[in-house]
Amino acid sequence: MGAFTVEMRGGIARLEFNLQGEPINKITRDVRDELEDVLGQLATDTTIQAVVLISGKPDTFIAGADIDEFVALETREEAHDLVRQGQALVNRIERLGKPVIAAIHGACLGGGLEAALACTYRIATDHPKTSLGLPEVQLGIIPAAGGCQRLPRLIGVRAALDMILAGKQVPARRAFRSGIVDELVHPAMLEQVAFEAAERLATGWKPKRGRRDAASLALDKNPLGRRVVFTTAKNQLLKKTGGHYPAPEAALQAVRHGLRHGLQAGLDMEAAFFAELAVHEVSRNLVQIFFATTALKKDPGVEGAAPEPKPVANLGIVGAGFMGSGIGATAVRKAGVDVRLRDTDLRRVGQGLRGARRILKDHLKRRRITKHEYRRLERLLSGGTDWGGFGRADLVIEAVFEDLDVKQQVMKAVEEQVRDDCIIASNTSTIPIARIAEVVERPERVLGMHYFSPVEKMPLLEVIVTDRTAPWVTVSAVAFGREMGKTVIVVQDRPGFWVNRILGPYLMEVEHLLREGVTVETLDKAMMKFGFPVGPVTLLDEIGLDVVQKASRVLHQAFGERMQPSRGIERMTQDGRLGRKNGRGFYRYEGGKRREVDETAYEIIEAEPSSRVPRDDVSRRLVYMMLNEAARALDEGVVRSARDGDIGAIFGIGFPPFRGGPLRYLDDVGAHKAVDTLDELAEKYGDRFAPCPRLSRMATERLRFHPTT
Amino acid sequence: MTSSLMHMHQAGNGRRVAVVAGCRSPFCKSATELKDVSAVDLGKHAVVELVHRANLSGKHVDEIYFGQVVPSALTPNIAREVSLLPQFPADIPAASVNRACASANTAIALGHDQIVLGHADVVIAGGAESLSDIPILHSRRFSELLVNVSKAKTPAQRLKLLSAFRPKDLIPVSPAIAEPSTGETMGQSAEKMAKINGITRAAQDEFALRSHLLAHKGMEDGRLAAEIAPVFLPESGEPVERDNGVRADASLEQMAQLKPVFDKKYGTVTAANASPLTDGAAAVLLMSEEAARSLGYEPLAFIRSYAVAALDPSDQLLMGPAIAVPEALDRAGIPFGELGLVEMHEAFASQVLSNIQALESQRWAEERLGRSEPVGQVNWDTLNVMGGSIAIGHPFGATGARITTTLANEMKRRDVQFGLISVCAQGGMGFAMVLERS
Repeated sequence: MGAFTVEMRGGIARLEFNLQGEPINKITRDVRDELEDVLGQLATDTTIQAVVLISGKPDTFIAGADIDEFVALETREEAHDLVRQGQALVNRIERLGKPVIAAIHGACLGGGLEAALACTYRIATDHPKTSLGLPEVQLGIIPAAGGCQRLPRLIGVRAALDMILAGKQVPARRAFRSGIVDELVHPAMLEQVAFEAAERLATGWKPKRGRRDAASLALDKNPLGRRVVFTTAKNQLLKKTGGHYPAPEAALQAVRHGLRHGLQAGLDMEAAFFAELAVHEVSRNLVQIFFATTALKKDPGVEGAAPEPKPVANLGIVGAGFMGSGIGATAVRKAGVDVRLRDTDLRRVGQGLRGARRILKDHLKRRRITKHEYRRLERLLSGGTDWGGFGRADLVIEAVFEDLDVKQQVMKAVEEQVRDDCIIASNTSTIPIARIAEVVERPERVLGMHYFSPVEKMPLLEVIVTDRTAPWVTVSAVAFGREMGKTVIVVQDRPGFWVNRILGPYLMEVEHLLREGVTVETLDKAMMKFGFPVGPVTLLDEIGLDVVQKASRVLHQAFGERMQPSRGIERMTQDGRLGRKNGRGFYRYEGGKRREVDETAYEIIEAEPSSRVPRDDVSRRLVYMMLNEAARALDEGVVRSARDGDIGAIFGIGFPPFRGGPLRYLDDVGAHKAVDTLDELAEKYGDRFAPCPRLSRMATERLRFHPTT
Repeated sequence: MTSSLMHMHQAGNGRRVAVVAGCRSPFCKSATELKDVSAVDLGKHAVVELVHRANLSGKHVDEIYFGQVVPSALTPNIAREVSLLPQFPADIPAASVNRACASANTAIALGHDQIVLGHADVVIAGGAESLSDIPILHSRRFSELLVNVSKAKTPAQRLKLLSAFRPKDLIPVSPAIAEPSTGETMGQSAEKMAKINGITRAAQDEFALRSHLLAHKGMEDGRLAAEIAPVFLPESGEPVERDNGVRADASLEQMAQLKPVFDKKYGTVTAANASPLTDGAAAVLLMSEEAARSLGYEPLAFIRSYAVAALDPSDQLLMGPAIAVPEALDRAGIPFGELGLVEMHEAFASQVLSNIQALESQRWAEERLGRSEPVGQVNWDTLNVMGGSIAIGHPFGATGARITTTLANEMKRRDVQFGLISVCAQGGMGFAMVLERS
């Protein structure tokens, strides 16, 4: 095999990591063993004065530890052994007895960064592909090969916690600014600079470090300041995780412990936490989500042999409203396509373009793009009231008013303007795509692309296919959605598609509960406690009550009694309450900020807040409405797999990721137990809770949605 | 036309150049609605809109020529900025050209030549100007001081140099629209021409009124509006969709009240019978006939010939067209009488009327052109049928592309066989081009 090669240049050893048979460098069991041997030789060879560690891969330094090895862990003991081996190896680098220089180009993540941190000196290339980070918490574990120890010692507690607790990657430039790397160079100079540094270090030169700003020094260098940092970090963390994610809390504790009691104590704690977290169900679920999104990135969106996706270079958008401009800005920013925005009113076009520019400006402000990139991207946004540019469009997305007649007219008009091979998509959230496609001559090129609002932030895209949508159209829309940075699931053209279908019964249950006297606060708190990012009443206000009303009518029409539209929402909209967008909903809003519950809302929906309903039932009723519907819709084939269903719920609704999605959650509960709960709720609260046939069947046959992992 | 005349205009290897499409920004008086949009941005806007309206794929474009008369010191090569638009691949060469008010015409002529030579098949040519954003210069003395200070090696040297600074060094120098060779301003030249050629104040005002009324009509019936791509302002997103110089309510009475600008006592040139300082951009899409056919475009018109002329600026500065027009017609192989439409750039009413006089004049023909017959009789029904620069405005670098677009569109509407463009330019130059429909 051989992942490492050593080459001597004068007294400096060039240690190249190039894992054979893999596109990237990762740390596997074999890699660890081999590196152990190589390091032993490097240490004993007295002709070697310093070592330069460099990658043989084009875009990766070291991407991290081998995730498959991690997933295969079954017991704490195994996990503990694994992490101890990693720690020993990293310690070996640190204590080699001669300088080791990390020459970093490409991804330097997880165990890769931990190894680099153990080196004497770090040089990174100033290249967009070079990024550094400790993403472990995103998989429900912590950096446990000394990352929680060495990073805070190098760059200060505050900066280190920022990186460790969020698990985000930082570009090389930022890593240089915060002091993670000592030098930033052009890729063409990386090796030369690394060897020069090696020679200097070999002759006793000590790099000067510590360019941290005064404020962080003041906080980091004294116990009181540190306590402030830790307390603030913990509070912010709990606010964000709701206590559902043990990993960041563990990481925080490991950092703190190590700083107080020394490196070894810190490493011991890292190992102990890692062993516990690695086999914890939160990590298991997060890892499954990681696998699912990775698999989705490669999924063409159709079964069997998939045609090549047709590339999209020019995008036409009809409707310059909030959705249209969000889609436009995201398409420009992520996919770099030329966007033509069309609306019937010139002023609306102008405002749509302005809205899209504002999104780009926000990226500029956050330094995600440079001023020059901004100027270039801005030029990809244009628009008018005519159909100019639609003849060169590869894809047109309509985002006009949610009304079948209007959408059909738009479809017809678009078809007259575009080339025969142009894909036409509707961004409807409720109207069946097949109905919209009725009026066109080539329905095979029509599908739905359901984006979520705000488009630039929401990660999910539902691509909705009808019976007539051609496979090349589906794969092209999926590929383009992915280029826009979205996680894409392909969904059948059934009312509500996937996300709104399972969200509908959940939100409708809100009204039942309110009218039975449960307070808004109780409902929102219950679901936040379950792990949703916002409660259901807040969500109603966010989506917009008019939109919810429209969607619930569609669902009622399709599914009848089971999905009674809510009268309360109807009354709210009649009262002119549309939610956050017009500042009046179940909550009050001031200056764009949510204030307290608007007590007058109870009157409008004819509810009297008290609390006769048992708290336990509140949570179960809401959640099980969604779970039951998810099982039913999956059975109807609305989504292609349980994997897609779970990802859709997590990325589209914010279903708690640590629970793995509604279907995985049902697996964890067990179908038979879920059926028992539903039966009980049906008896107490009505037939709408009756378990769907699929669940009942699964209960008797003891089946699962996902294979056991 | 007779076949022998058809034969005469065949230049180069016989490749014909089609004007496929054209569009422009609204033209706005400088320091008004478009004041916050730079010339480069106006130029980019016109070209992006052209690309969309023509449903053009950027990868088909071979070259870009762009005119600008008063470039920004920060973006001296506007054409390259335009060709680096993300709608195009990065490998489209581009050149900026300056032939004063005939800059965009020259850009079009260069594009034409490259296509005829077989060097290119698809060219975008146009121009832009923002007179809201002209470079204001430091005095020569102050510039020199700054350069020397930046070269100084020690603080002491620097201090010594700076001690030579005088407050009056800060008085800025702004470029005037004057002939560097004679010091005469454009307006003074127009005034001089009015006097020499006996163009009365009344005739000039009447011509200006005609320009406004016809432009207004063209706007209302949609012919002029069709060539305008609205600009959305960068901050507010508000659309600017109309030329703001066109006055529907213009009247001779109002115009008569204005004082002459350049000769207060005996002058006749006023703000009303001259073109205003203007911001705007325009671009046209040129293709070889074969490329137009294979890409599926129906040309508006073809370029049949063009000519450029120059005369001594101390003479009548803006008489260039009266020399270039007969030359272009000769090259086209047609007499003036064959022209179904004529677009004359209106820098000043006195300039247009002086040139018309010359074209119709026996004496001009004999003395200046060495011909026995006058060039021709101007038909007022086919001259500037949607008004001209006096009403619409005159962004120096862009006007040529605006006129070409207007003429080509109108030739198609009226199914006219031959049309003429004439433009006068600073430095005593004139430009003329003949378009034809097959």
